[in-house]
Amino acid sequence: MQITVTVNGAATTHDVEPRRLLVHYLREDAGLTGTNIGCDTSSCGACTVHLNGEAVKSCTVLAVQADGQEVTTIEGLAAADGTLHPMQQAFHECHALQCGYCTPGMVMASISLLDEVPDATEADVREGLEGNLCRCTGYHNIVKAVLQAAGGAQ
Amino acid sequence: MIPAAFDYVRVDSADEALAALAEHGDDAKLLAGGHSLLPLMKLRLAAPAVVIDIGRVDELKGVTDGGDHVAIGALTRHRDVEINDLVNAEVPLLAAATRHVGDAQVRHRGTIGGSIAHGDPASDIPSALLAMNATMVARGQDGAQREISADDFFSGFLETALNADELLTEIRIPKLGGVGFSFQKFTRRAQDWAIVGVSAVHGNGTAGVGLVNMDSKPVRAAAVEAALREGAGAADAAALAAEGVHPSSDLNASVEYRQHLARVLTKRALDEAAG
Ligand SMILES: Cc1cc2nc3c(=O)[nH]c(=O)nc-3n(C[C@H](O)[C@H](O)[C@H](O)COP(=O)(O)OP(=O)(O)OC[C@H]3O[C@@H](n4cnc5c(N)ncnc54)[C@H](O)[C@@H]3O)c2cc1C
Ligand code: FES
Ligand code: FES
Repeated sequence: MQITVTVNGAATTHDVEPRRLLVHYLREDAGLTGTNIGCDTSSCGACTVHLNGEAVKSCTVLAVQADGQEVTTIEGLAAADGTLHPMQQAFHECHALQCGYCTPGMVMASISLLDEVPDATEADVREGLEGNLCRCTGYHNIVKAVLQAAGGAQ
Repeated sequence: MIPAAFDYVRVDSADEALAALAEHGDDAKLLAGGHSLLPLMKLRLAAPAVVIDIGRVDELKGVTDGGDHVAIGALTRHRDVEINDLVNAEVPLLAAATRHVGDAQVRHRGTIGGSIAHGDPASDIPSALLAMNATMVARGQDGAQREISADDFFSGFLETALNADELLTEIRIPKLGGVGFSFQKFTRRAQDWAIVGVSAVHGNGTAGVGLVNMDSKPVRAAAVEAALREGAGAADAAALAAEGVHPSSDLNASVEYRQHLARVLTKRALDEAAG
Protein backbone atom coordinates (compact mmCIF):
# COMPACT_ATOMS: atom_id res chain seq x y z
CA MET A 1 0.00 0.00 0.00
CA GLN A 2 1.37 3.41 -0.93
CA ILE A 3 1.34 5.91 1.91
CA THR A 4 2.48 9.48 2.33
CA VAL A 5 3.56 10.63 5.76
CA THR A 6 4.80 14.12 6.47
CA VAL A 7 7.92 13.57 8.54
CA ASN A 8 9.58 16.60 10.08
CA GLY A 9 7.75 18.83 7.62
CA ALA A 10 8.66 16.94 4.44
CA ALA A 11 6.37 14.53 2.62
CA THR A 12 7.69 10.95 2.43
CA THR A 13 6.02 8.40 0.18
CA HIS A 14 6.69 4.69 0.33
CA ASP A 15 5.05 1.42 -0.60
CA VAL A 16 4.60 -0.50 2.65
CA GLU A 17 3.02 -3.70 3.87
CA PRO A 18 0.02 -2.91 6.10
CA ARG A 19 1.79 -4.65 8.97
CA ARG A 20 4.78 -2.27 8.85
CA LEU A 21 5.15 -0.51 12.19
CA LEU A 22 5.59 3.26 12.18
CA VAL A 23 8.94 2.94 13.97
CA HIS A 24 10.27 0.71 11.16
CA TYR A 25 8.86 3.09 8.58
CA LEU A 26 10.73 5.96 10.19
CA ARG A 27 14.01 4.10 10.66
CA GLU A 28 14.15 2.00 7.50
CA ASP A 29 11.96 3.69 4.88
CA ALA A 30 12.48 7.32 5.87
CA GLY A 31 16.06 6.59 7.00
CA LEU A 32 15.70 8.44 10.30
CA THR A 33 17.40 6.27 12.91
CA GLY A 34 17.18 8.76 15.79
CA THR A 35 14.04 7.03 17.04
CA ASN A 36 15.12 3.97 19.01
CA ILE A 37 13.44 0.64 19.64
CA GLY A 38 13.75 -0.58 23.22
CA CYS A 39 11.13 -3.00 24.43
CA ASP A 40 9.04 -3.38 21.27
CA THR A 41 6.03 -3.93 23.57
CA SER A 42 4.81 -0.34 24.19
CA SER A 43 6.36 -0.21 27.65
CA CYS A 44 9.62 1.74 27.50
CA GLY A 45 8.89 4.84 25.44
CA ALA A 46 12.21 4.78 23.54
CA CYS A 47 10.27 4.88 20.27
CA THR A 48 8.19 7.96 21.21
CA VAL A 49 7.53 10.39 18.34
CA HIS A 50 4.86 13.02 17.77
CA LEU A 51 1.86 12.08 15.67
CA ASN A 52 -0.03 15.26 14.80
CA GLY A 53 1.79 16.97 17.64
CA GLU A 54 1.18 14.43 20.41
CA ALA A 55 3.54 11.84 21.86
CA VAL A 56 2.83 8.26 20.78
CA LYS A 57 4.79 5.02 20.92
CA SER A 58 5.68 4.34 17.30
CA CYS A 59 6.19 0.61 17.95
CA THR A 60 2.43 0.40 18.55
CA VAL A 61 1.21 2.38 15.55
CA LEU A 62 0.99 0.98 12.03
CA ALA A 63 2.63 3.06 9.32
CA VAL A 64 -0.67 2.95 7.42
CA GLN A 65 -2.37 4.59 10.40
CA ALA A 66 -0.01 7.55 9.91
CA ASP A 67 -0.88 7.85 6.21
CA GLY A 68 -1.67 11.50 5.49
CA GLN A 69 -0.66 12.55 9.01
CA GLU A 70 2.25 14.55 10.44
CA VAL A 71 5.07 12.93 12.35
CA THR A 72 7.90 14.68 14.15
CA THR A 73 10.98 12.77 15.25
CA ILE A 74 14.01 13.84 17.28
CA GLU A 75 15.69 14.81 13.99
CA GLY A 76 12.99 17.42 13.40
CA LEU A 77 13.58 19.45 16.54
CA ALA A 78 16.79 21.43 16.04
CA ALA A 79 16.76 24.49 13.78
CA ALA A 80 18.38 24.29 10.35
CA ASP A 81 21.49 26.05 11.67
CA GLY A 82 21.89 23.40 14.37
CA THR A 83 20.44 25.45 17.24
CA LEU A 84 18.98 22.92 19.64
CA HIS A 85 15.32 22.87 20.63
CA PRO A 86 14.97 24.32 24.17
CA MET A 87 14.21 20.83 25.49
CA GLN A 88 17.34 19.39 23.86
CA GLN A 89 19.34 22.31 25.26
CA ALA A 90 17.93 21.68 28.73
CA PHE A 91 18.80 17.96 28.56
CA HIS A 92 22.32 18.96 27.50
CA GLU A 93 22.76 21.52 30.27
CA CYS A 94 21.26 19.38 33.04
CA HIS A 95 23.23 16.27 32.04
CA ALA A 96 19.92 14.47 31.62
CA LEU A 97 21.42 11.51 29.78
CA GLN A 98 24.13 8.95 30.17
CA CYS A 99 24.06 6.24 27.48
CA GLY A 100 21.47 8.25 25.56
CA TYR A 101 19.33 5.35 24.46
CA CYS A 102 16.14 6.61 26.06
CA THR A 103 16.87 10.24 25.21
CA PRO A 104 15.09 10.72 21.86
CA GLY A 105 11.91 9.27 23.36
CA MET A 106 12.33 11.22 26.60
CA VAL A 107 12.76 14.50 24.74
CA MET A 108 9.73 13.89 22.49
CA ALA A 109 7.57 12.85 25.47
CA SER A 110 8.74 15.86 27.48
CA ILE A 111 7.86 18.34 24.75
CA SER A 112 4.40 16.80 24.41
CA LEU A 113 4.00 16.95 28.20
CA LEU A 114 4.80 20.67 28.35
CA ASP A 115 2.46 21.34 25.42
CA GLU A 116 -0.32 19.91 27.59
CA VAL A 117 0.85 21.17 31.00
CA PRO A 118 3.00 24.28 30.34
CA ASP A 119 3.47 25.09 34.04
CA ALA A 120 4.28 21.51 35.04
CA THR A 121 5.41 20.85 38.60
CA GLU A 122 7.97 18.21 39.53
CA ALA A 123 5.10 15.81 40.30
CA ASP A 124 3.50 16.54 36.91
CA VAL A 125 6.79 15.78 35.16
CA ARG A 126 7.41 12.54 37.03
CA GLU A 127 3.87 11.34 36.37
CA GLY A 128 3.77 12.66 32.81
CA LEU A 129 6.91 10.70 31.89
CA GLU A 130 5.73 7.42 33.44
CA GLY A 131 5.67 5.84 29.99
CA ASN A 132 9.40 6.40 29.45
CA LEU A 133 12.01 4.23 31.11
CA CYS A 134 15.64 5.19 31.67
CA ARG A 135 18.11 2.56 32.82
CA CYS A 136 20.95 5.00 33.56
CA THR A 137 20.12 8.35 35.07
CA GLY A 138 17.74 7.58 37.91
CA TYR A 139 15.51 10.22 36.29
CA HIS A 140 16.63 13.04 38.58
CA ASN A 141 18.39 15.11 35.93
CA ILE A 142 15.71 14.36 33.35
CA VAL A 143 13.10 15.88 35.65
CA LYS A 144 15.42 18.84 36.25
CA ALA A 145 15.83 19.38 32.53
CA VAL A 146 12.10 19.33 31.83
CA LEU A 147 11.47 21.78 34.67
CA GLN A 148 14.22 24.04 33.33
CA ALA A 149 12.65 23.94 29.86
CA ALA A 150 9.25 24.69 31.40
CA GLY A 151 10.69 27.71 33.20
CA GLY A 152 12.35 28.94 30.05
CA ALA A 153 9.12 28.63 28.13
CA GLN A 154 7.15 30.80 30.54
CA MET B 1 7.94 -8.21 16.74
CA ILE B 2 5.91 -7.86 13.59
CA PRO B 3 2.27 -8.86 13.14
CA ALA B 4 1.28 -11.59 10.70
CA ALA B 5 0.35 -10.21 7.29
CA PHE B 6 -3.18 -8.88 6.85
CA ASP B 7 -5.23 -6.85 4.42
CA TYR B 8 -5.94 -3.30 5.51
CA VAL B 9 -9.20 -1.48 4.94
CA ARG B 10 -9.70 2.08 6.15
CA VAL B 11 -13.26 3.35 6.53
CA ASP B 12 -14.52 6.87 7.12
CA SER B 13 -18.02 6.27 8.45
CA ALA B 14 -19.98 3.90 10.67
CA ASP B 15 -21.94 2.67 7.64
CA GLU B 16 -18.72 1.82 5.81
CA ALA B 17 -17.44 0.03 8.89
CA LEU B 18 -20.57 -2.11 9.06
CA ALA B 19 -20.39 -2.86 5.34
CA ALA B 20 -16.76 -3.92 5.68
CA LEU B 21 -17.67 -6.17 8.63
CA ALA B 22 -20.42 -7.76 6.55
CA GLU B 23 -18.04 -8.34 3.67
CA HIS B 24 -15.14 -9.81 5.61
CA GLY B 25 -17.02 -11.59 8.38
CA ASP B 26 -15.15 -13.54 11.00
CA ASP B 27 -11.78 -12.94 9.34
CA ALA B 28 -11.91 -9.25 10.16
CA LYS B 29 -11.04 -7.19 13.23
CA LEU B 30 -11.86 -3.55 13.85
CA LEU B 31 -8.88 -1.34 14.69
CA ALA B 32 -9.62 1.73 16.82
CA GLY B 33 -6.57 3.08 18.68
CA GLY B 34 -4.81 -0.25 18.28
CA HIS B 35 -3.41 -0.26 21.82
CA SER B 36 -4.94 -3.58 22.74
CA LEU B 37 -5.16 -5.17 19.31
CA LEU B 38 -1.69 -4.35 17.95
CA PRO B 39 0.21 -5.73 20.98
CA LEU B 40 -1.79 -8.97 20.58
CA MET B 41 -1.07 -9.06 16.86
CA LYS B 42 2.64 -8.44 17.44
CA LEU B 43 2.70 -11.41 19.80
CA ARG B 44 0.69 -13.32 17.17
CA LEU B 45 -1.99 -14.02 19.75
CA ALA B 46 -4.30 -12.41 17.20
CA ALA B 47 -3.87 -12.77 13.45
CA PRO B 48 -6.89 -11.32 11.67
CA ALA B 49 -6.87 -11.70 7.87
CA VAL B 50 -8.41 -8.26 7.49
CA VAL B 51 -7.98 -5.19 9.69
CA ILE B 52 -10.70 -2.57 9.36
CA ASP B 53 -9.32 0.77 10.56
CA ILE B 54 -12.12 2.82 12.14
CA GLY B 55 -9.69 5.30 13.70
CA ARG B 56 -10.86 8.10 11.40
CA VAL B 57 -14.60 7.65 11.82
CA ASP B 58 -15.11 11.16 13.18
CA GLU B 59 -18.88 10.76 13.66
CA LEU B 60 -18.10 8.40 16.56
CA LYS B 61 -15.82 10.86 18.35
CA GLY B 62 -16.68 13.40 21.01
CA VAL B 63 -18.75 14.00 24.13
CA THR B 64 -22.32 15.35 24.09
CA ASP B 65 -24.89 16.28 26.69
CA GLY B 66 -27.82 13.86 26.53
CA GLY B 67 -29.89 15.61 29.19
CA ASP B 68 -29.93 13.06 31.98
CA HIS B 69 -26.77 11.40 30.69
CA VAL B 70 -23.42 12.13 29.06
CA ALA B 71 -22.96 10.46 25.66
CA ILE B 72 -19.43 9.54 24.61
CA GLY B 73 -18.62 8.41 21.10
CA ALA B 74 -16.92 5.00 21.04
CA LEU B 75 -13.89 6.40 19.19
CA THR B 76 -13.21 9.18 21.67
CA ARG B 77 -9.62 8.85 22.82
CA HIS B 78 -8.74 8.47 26.50
CA ARG B 79 -6.96 11.85 26.36
CA ASP B 80 -10.06 13.59 25.05
CA VAL B 81 -12.23 11.97 27.74
CA GLU B 82 -9.79 12.86 30.50
CA ILE B 83 -9.78 16.61 29.77
CA ASN B 84 -13.41 16.98 28.70
CA ASP B 85 -15.32 19.58 30.75
CA LEU B 86 -18.67 17.76 30.59
CA VAL B 87 -17.08 14.48 31.70
CA ASN B 88 -15.28 16.21 34.57
CA ALA B 89 -18.43 18.04 35.67
CA GLU B 90 -21.08 15.33 35.29
CA VAL B 91 -19.36 11.93 35.38
CA PRO B 92 -16.04 12.73 37.08
CA LEU B 93 -15.43 9.09 38.03
CA LEU B 94 -14.79 8.34 34.36
CA ALA B 95 -12.20 11.12 34.15
CA ALA B 96 -10.52 9.81 37.31
CA ALA B 97 -10.35 6.25 35.98
CA THR B 98 -9.21 7.35 32.53
CA ARG B 99 -6.30 9.32 33.99
CA HIS B 100 -4.98 6.02 35.35
CA VAL B 101 -5.00 4.21 32.00
CA GLY B 102 -1.42 3.38 30.94
CA ASP B 103 0.64 6.49 30.25
CA ALA B 104 0.27 9.70 28.24
CA GLN B 105 1.32 8.04 25.00
CA VAL B 106 -1.23 5.24 25.46
CA ARG B 107 -3.98 7.75 26.23
CA HIS B 108 -3.17 9.68 23.04
CA ARG B 109 -4.10 6.60 21.00
CA GLY B 110 -6.45 4.33 22.94
CA THR B 111 -10.21 4.88 22.81
CA ILE B 112 -12.99 4.33 25.31
CA GLY B 113 -14.78 2.05 22.86
CA GLY B 114 -11.71 -0.11 22.32
CA SER B 115 -11.20 -0.38 26.07
CA ILE B 116 -14.71 -1.70 26.51
CA ALA B 117 -15.05 -3.83 23.38
CA HIS B 118 -11.84 -5.61 24.34
CA GLY B 119 -13.59 -6.94 27.47
CA ASP B 120 -10.43 -7.14 29.56
CA PRO B 121 -11.08 -7.65 33.31
CA ALA B 122 -7.80 -5.78 33.99
CA SER B 123 -8.99 -2.64 32.20
CA ASP B 124 -9.81 0.38 34.36
CA ILE B 125 -12.72 1.85 32.39
CA PRO B 126 -15.29 -0.99 32.71
CA SER B 127 -15.24 -0.74 36.52
CA ALA B 128 -16.31 2.91 36.30
CA LEU B 129 -19.03 2.12 33.77
CA LEU B 130 -20.41 -0.63 36.02
CA ALA B 131 -20.37 1.64 39.07
CA MET B 132 -22.24 4.36 37.15
CA ASN B 133 -24.69 1.99 35.40
CA ALA B 134 -23.66 3.01 31.91
CA THR B 135 -25.41 1.82 28.77
CA MET B 136 -23.53 0.79 25.62
CA VAL B 137 -25.07 1.51 22.25
CA ALA B 138 -24.27 -0.82 19.36
CA ARG B 139 -25.28 -0.67 15.71
CA GLY B 140 -25.94 -3.89 13.80
CA GLN B 141 -26.13 -4.85 10.14
CA ASP B 142 -29.79 -3.80 9.92
CA GLY B 143 -28.74 -0.31 10.98
CA ALA B 144 -30.79 -0.57 14.16
CA GLN B 145 -29.39 0.58 17.49
CA ARG B 146 -29.22 -1.80 20.40
CA GLU B 147 -28.78 -0.69 23.99
CA ILE B 148 -26.86 -2.98 26.32
CA SER B 149 -26.48 -2.40 30.06
CA ALA B 150 -22.98 -2.56 31.48
CA ASP B 151 -24.04 -5.67 33.46
CA ASP B 152 -25.05 -7.51 30.30
CA PHE B 153 -22.20 -6.17 28.18
CA PHE B 154 -19.25 -7.91 29.83
CA SER B 155 -19.92 -11.59 29.30
CA GLY B 156 -16.58 -13.34 29.83
CA PHE B 157 -12.79 -13.15 29.55
CA LEU B 158 -12.17 -10.86 26.55
CA GLU B 159 -15.80 -11.47 25.61
CA THR B 160 -18.65 -9.01 25.31
CA ALA B 161 -22.28 -9.02 24.20
CA LEU B 162 -21.26 -7.41 20.90
CA ASN B 163 -21.83 -9.58 17.85
CA ALA B 164 -18.87 -9.96 15.49
CA ASP B 165 -20.62 -7.86 12.83
CA GLU B 166 -21.75 -5.13 15.25
CA LEU B 167 -20.17 -1.76 15.92
CA LEU B 168 -20.04 -0.15 19.35
CA THR B 169 -21.05 3.45 18.70
CA GLU B 170 -21.69 5.21 21.99
CA ILE B 171 -21.43 4.95 25.76
CA ARG B 172 -24.18 6.66 27.79
CA ILE B 173 -23.47 7.46 31.41
CA PRO B 174 -26.18 8.78 33.75
CA LYS B 175 -25.09 12.08 35.28
CA LEU B 176 -23.86 11.62 38.83
CA GLY B 177 -25.54 14.78 40.08
CA GLY B 178 -22.77 15.57 42.51
CA VAL B 179 -22.75 12.15 44.22
CA GLY B 180 -19.38 11.32 45.80
CA PHE B 181 -17.01 9.14 43.77
CA SER B 182 -13.55 7.58 43.87
CA PHE B 183 -11.21 5.53 41.71
CA GLN B 184 -8.55 3.47 43.46
CA LYS B 185 -5.88 1.50 41.62
CA PHE B 186 -3.12 -0.60 43.13
CA THR B 187 0.00 -1.12 41.03
CA ARG B 188 3.57 -2.04 41.83
CA ARG B 189 5.04 0.38 39.31
CA ALA B 190 3.79 3.57 37.66
CA GLN B 191 2.13 2.92 34.28
CA ASP B 192 1.24 -0.69 35.14
CA TRP B 193 -2.13 -2.32 34.80
CA ALA B 194 -4.03 -2.62 38.07
CA ILE B 195 -3.33 -5.58 40.32
CA VAL B 196 -6.74 -4.65 41.73
CA GLY B 197 -8.78 -1.50 41.17
CA VAL B 198 -12.06 -0.12 42.52
CA SER B 199 -14.53 2.42 41.14
CA ALA B 200 -17.16 3.70 43.56
CA VAL B 201 -20.05 6.16 43.62
CA HIS B 202 -21.92 6.55 46.88
CA GLY B 203 -24.39 9.03 48.33
CA ASN B 204 -27.95 10.37 47.88
CA GLY B 205 -29.33 6.85 47.74
CA THR B 206 -26.90 5.77 45.03
CA ALA B 207 -24.41 2.95 45.60
CA GLY B 208 -22.28 1.61 42.75
CA VAL B 209 -19.00 -0.29 43.07
CA GLY B 210 -17.07 -1.81 40.14
CA LEU B 211 -13.94 -3.94 40.44
CA VAL B 212 -10.84 -4.27 38.26
CA ASN B 213 -9.12 -7.64 37.92
CA MET B 214 -11.27 -9.44 40.50
CA ASP B 215 -12.86 -11.98 38.15
CA SER B 216 -12.51 -13.33 34.61
CA LYS B 217 -14.57 -10.36 33.43
CA PRO B 218 -15.26 -6.84 34.73
CA VAL B 219 -17.63 -7.24 37.69
CA ARG B 220 -19.40 -5.18 40.30
CA ALA B 221 -19.07 -5.71 44.06
CA ALA B 222 -22.75 -6.58 44.41
CA ALA B 223 -22.48 -7.51 48.09
CA VAL B 224 -20.97 -4.11 48.93
CA GLU B 225 -23.67 -2.29 46.96
CA ALA B 226 -26.44 -4.24 48.71
CA ALA B 227 -24.96 -3.54 52.15
CA LEU B 228 -24.64 0.17 51.40
CA ARG B 229 -28.25 0.32 50.22
CA GLU B 230 -29.28 -1.24 53.50
CA GLY B 231 -27.40 1.47 55.33
CA ALA B 232 -24.16 -0.29 56.30
CA GLY B 233 -21.16 1.89 57.06
CA ALA B 234 -18.11 2.02 54.79
CA ALA B 235 -16.03 -0.39 56.86
CA ASP B 236 -18.74 -3.05 57.13
CA ALA B 237 -19.68 -2.77 53.46
CA ALA B 238 -16.07 -2.82 52.23
CA ALA B 239 -15.45 -6.03 54.19
CA LEU B 240 -17.73 -7.72 51.63
CA ALA B 241 -15.76 -6.56 48.56
CA ALA B 242 -14.46 -10.04 47.71
CA GLU B 243 -17.78 -11.84 48.26
CA GLY B 244 -19.19 -13.56 45.21
CA VAL B 245 -16.29 -12.73 42.88
CA HIS B 246 -13.56 -15.08 41.68
CA PRO B 247 -10.13 -13.52 41.20
CA SER B 248 -7.24 -15.58 39.91
CA SER B 249 -3.65 -15.72 41.07
CA ASP B 250 -0.73 -14.72 38.86
CA LEU B 251 2.85 -13.44 39.14
CA ASN B 252 1.67 -10.25 40.82
CA ALA B 253 -0.76 -11.51 43.41
CA SER B 254 -2.35 -14.59 44.95
CA VAL B 255 -6.11 -14.97 45.21
CA GLU B 256 -5.99 -14.10 48.91
CA TYR B 257 -3.93 -10.98 48.29
CA ARG B 258 -6.37 -9.80 45.61
CA GLN B 259 -9.27 -10.36 48.00
CA HIS B 260 -7.43 -8.36 50.65
CA LEU B 261 -6.69 -5.55 48.19
CA ALA B 262 -10.33 -5.42 47.09
CA ARG B 263 -11.45 -4.90 50.69
CA VAL B 264 -8.80 -2.29 51.46
CA LEU B 265 -9.29 -0.35 48.21
CA THR B 266 -13.08 -0.44 48.52
CA LYS B 267 -12.81 1.03 52.01
CA ARG B 268 -10.53 3.78 50.69
CA ALA B 269 -12.88 4.42 47.78
CA LEU B 270 -15.96 4.69 50.01
CA ASP B 271 -14.12 6.99 52.41
CA GLU B 272 -13.00 9.23 49.56
CA ALA B 273 -16.49 9.21 48.01
CA ALA B 274 -17.86 10.35 51.39
CA GLY B 275 -15.54 13.32 51.03
C1 LIG C 1 1.51 -0.05 27.39
C2 LIG C 1 0.02 -0.10 27.58
C3 LIG C 1 -0.50 0.09 28.85
C4 LIG C 1 -1.87 0.06 29.07
N1 LIG C 1 -2.33 0.25 30.33
C5 LIG C 1 -3.65 0.22 30.57
C6 LIG C 1 -4.16 0.42 31.89
O1 LIG C 1 -3.42 0.64 32.85
N2 LIG C 1 -5.51 0.37 32.07
C7 LIG C 1 -6.37 0.15 31.03
O2 LIG C 1 -7.58 0.14 31.26
N3 LIG C 1 -5.93 -0.03 29.77
C8 LIG C 1 -4.60 0.00 29.51
N4 LIG C 1 -4.14 -0.20 28.23
C9 LIG C 1 -5.11 -0.47 27.15
C10 LIG C 1 -5.61 0.80 26.54
O3 LIG C 1 -6.56 1.39 27.38
C11 LIG C 1 -6.25 0.53 25.17
O4 LIG C 1 -6.31 1.76 24.52
C12 LIG C 1 -7.62 -0.03 25.17
O5 LIG C 1 -7.69 -1.21 25.92
C13 LIG C 1 -8.10 -0.39 23.78
O6 LIG C 1 -8.50 0.74 23.07
P1 LIG C 1 -8.06 0.90 21.55
O7 LIG C 1 -8.84 2.04 21.01
O8 LIG C 1 -6.60 1.00 21.48
O9 LIG C 1 -8.64 -0.44 20.91
P2 LIG C 1 -8.07 -1.43 19.81
O10 LIG C 1 -6.82 -2.07 20.27
O11 LIG C 1 -8.06 -0.77 18.50
O12 LIG C 1 -9.25 -2.51 19.83
C14 LIG C 1 -9.44 -3.38 20.93
C15 LIG C 1 -10.55 -4.37 20.61
O13 LIG C 1 -11.82 -3.72 20.56
C16 LIG C 1 -12.43 -3.86 19.28
N5 LIG C 1 -13.08 -2.57 19.00
C17 LIG C 1 -12.49 -1.35 19.09
N6 LIG C 1 -13.39 -0.38 18.84
C18 LIG C 1 -14.57 -1.01 18.59
C19 LIG C 1 -15.90 -0.54 18.28
N7 LIG C 1 -16.19 0.77 18.17
N8 LIG C 1 -16.88 -1.47 18.07
C20 LIG C 1 -16.61 -2.78 18.19
N9 LIG C 1 -15.39 -3.28 18.49
C21 LIG C 1 -14.38 -2.41 18.68
C22 LIG C 1 -11.31 -4.22 18.34
O14 LIG C 1 -11.76 -4.98 17.25
C23 LIG C 1 -10.40 -5.03 19.24
O15 LIG C 1 -10.85 -6.34 19.35
C24 LIG C 1 -2.76 -0.17 27.98
C25 LIG C 1 -2.25 -0.36 26.70
C26 LIG C 1 -0.88 -0.33 26.48
C27 LIG C 1 -0.36 -0.54 25.10
S1 FES D 1 10.01 0.32 21.83
FE1 FES D 1 8.07 1.29 21.77
S2 FES D 1 7.62 1.53 23.85
FE2 FES D 1 9.47 0.42 23.94
S1 FES E 1 20.41 7.51 29.50
FE1 FES E 1 20.69 5.36 29.27
S2 FES E 1 18.66 4.64 29.26
FE2 FES E 1 18.38 6.70 29.74
